Amino acid sequence: MKSPFATAVAMGVGLLVLVGYFVPVPVLAGLRLLLLQWAVILAGVALLVGMANLIQYHVENLRSKQNIGSVLLLASLGLTFMLTLYFSPQSAPVQWLFSAVLIPGSVALMALLVFTLAYAAVRLLRRRPGVFSVLFLGTAILILLGAVALPGIGSLPFISNTLRPWLAQVPAVAGARGILLGVGLGTVATGLRILLGSDRPYGE
Amino acid sequence: MSVTGSGVSDILGLIFVALFGLLMVVSRVLKQPRPGRDLRPLPALNRLRQAINLTVESGRRLHVSLGRGEIIHPRTAVAFVGLSAMQKLVEDTAVSDRPTIVTAGTGPLGILARSSLRSAYAAANQAGRYRATYGRVTGLTPFSYAAGALSVVRDETVAANFLVGSFGAEVALMTDGSQDDDTLTVAGTDNVVAQAILCASADEPLIGEEVFASGAYVGAGMLHGTSLLTQDIFRWLLIAAMVGGALIKMLGVW
Repeated sequence: MKSPFATAVAMGVGLLVLVGYFVPVPVLAGLRLLLLQWAVILAGVALLVGMANLIQYHVENLRSKQNIGSVLLLASLGLTFMLTLYFSPQSAPVQWLFSAVLIPGSVALMALLVFTLAYAAVRLLRRRPGVFSVLFLGTAILILLGAVALPGIGSLPFISNTLRPWLAQVPAVAGARGILLGVGLGTVATGLRILLGSDRPYGE
Repeated sequence: MSVTGSGVSDILGLIFVALFGLLMVVSRVLKQPRPGRDLRPLPALNRLRQAINLTVESGRRLHVSLGRGEIIHPRTAVAFVGLSAMQKLVEDTAVSDRPTIVTAGTGPLGILARSSLRSAYAAANQAGRYRATYGRVTGLTPFSYAAGALSVVRDETVAANFLVGSFGAEVALMTDGSQDDDTLTVAGTDNVVAQAILCASADEPLIGEEVFASGAYVGAGMLHGTSLLTQDIFRWLLIAAMVGGALIKMLGVW
């Protein structure tokens, strides 16, 4: 049984923000802004709670499995946190941590996506053979061919200046807009379910 | 008092939202759509249901990933759908020896995941089985989140992955990891780029608004079915408005 208090707060705040967005009354607009500022502060606090959850899980993981990954994670998390507290987020050591460790790590994982996606493309034909899969892969290959200059050939004449722009700007944009309209309607429906108290992903 | 262009669009917006809500409630009173009878079959969610039934029997677990939606961003909506569906699925699998693991990529979603998990165990009269580590924040940046969730997919005898939330290109790493173990991956998101990736890499991708339908198909709540019906009505209205607008423009009437 969810708490009626939590439900009332969620519904009330949601309705105030919604009405404040549409109705141009200064009091409502001010209240909406205030509530959104509170939400931003709470999101910041929730980030710390998230970090605490991450630490809790890896400490337990360390106790039960002696996982080296958990040791590395806890050590680097603690080091980064202490350095950021001692210096400041804008200081040279912290900036170095970001530019020399965090960003290259993320970029390396992003680079792995090339192989992951190439493998997924091959697997797609094996797993779901059919017209759709062939069309999907054919289009992806045409877009790639049109986007790069091949060694010794340069840009492919028809593909890079006619076919690729047409594919990217006409069928792809039309499809994406259709998907986004569906997503927009789904978002409205989800928001209204929470405002009406039907979905309550909070409290006890 | 004159009404400005932005004032008119605000009023129209409010009318749109009010009508949408009204239709959802009225449809609930008139008819509750049921999967298989009133809702078109979605093979992805049917397969997920079958996999979950087998999961309990085979002693393997379900992994639900909620993505990286921020709490004050519209993109959290899809994660809320995931939370509702997850709550129902956890209620159904609460007695399993291998509990469902929920991963999130932001602090607020982590809190909501644990809260929903606790509620689901309580609703299934299994409150004593709940542990806080069943809901995990696996990382706070896109790739650290994917890497952390990947370790759940690979290490914890997962039979089915249900990825429903806001993801970027990093979702490819998660689906790739799940393929190695021959597990079922049902995945949907609101991000167009990630949808294209999921089309190629997930066993069963949920395209466009299908991800918002998952609550209705797993029986997550009373308004999930009727909100689908309302979405369909508004979709047809939007199509009619767009085609009508294009025709009016072509004919040079306005």
